Amino acid sequence: MTTNDQLDTQIRAVLRDHGHLNKDISALDAATDLYQSGMTSHASVNVMLALEGAFDIEFPDHMLKRNVFNSIQSIRSAVSELTVA
Amino acid sequence: MKFNKPVVPSLVEHSLRLEVGFDLVKISGIVDSIAQFGDRFKQRLFTAAELDYAYNTQDLWPERLAARFAAKEATIKALRLSNAGVNWREIEVHKLPGGECALCLHGNVAKLANQLRVQQISVSLSHDGDYAGACVTVLFHINKIN
Repeated sequence: MTTNDQLDTQIRAVLRDHGHLNKDISALDAATDLYQSGMTSHASVNVMLALEGAFDIEFPDHMLKRNVFNSIQSIRSAVSELTVA
Repeated sequence: MKFNKPVVPSLVEHSLRLEVGFDLVKISGIVDSIAQFGDRFKQRLFTAAELDYAYNTQDLWPERLAARFAAKEATIKALRLSNAGVNWREIEVHKLPGGECALCLHGNVAKLANQLRVQQISVSLSHDGDYAGACVTVLFHINKIN
């Protein structure tokens, strides 16, 4: 399993538990718009906090953007950036 | 019909643009978030003053926090800052002596609002049953060149 695969697995677990999506997370590809899949602004806050706990990171203010949490791949990109930092 | 132009015509007319933002939140969802994430949730989203006000009446803290979260999201929508990178604590809801609420912008959000030439910003909060909502209106000053 590649690093991206491992990240995606953890991210999908967080989205499953906190995203309140209206679709099965396993049915969503990495580019699917999560807001269009039922994630509300409140749920995105929960997802953010859960990601911080899961990866031991903190999202700085400049990354608290809708498009950072828009898809699995955008979340993966942000988490990768914060875990390297 | 003949129109006489002014001797010293104004090159710039001042205009205002109105934008609105609205958000609706499940109060039980806020309660669940606090049960799950505790102080991390509260301190990430709310200022000390907002928490003090919410908890000064033990029975109403879920409604008050939910309405304030809705107000912050409604503000972000009205200011079109969803992709600006905004700290929720920089949008603060104040309860005024007359009972109405007002918004106070701080830090980067205040700076962005200034750059966007915000003239006036107003908020209205409400809650009923398991839902809290907030509506925010913003007047932007825009220049129209003649």
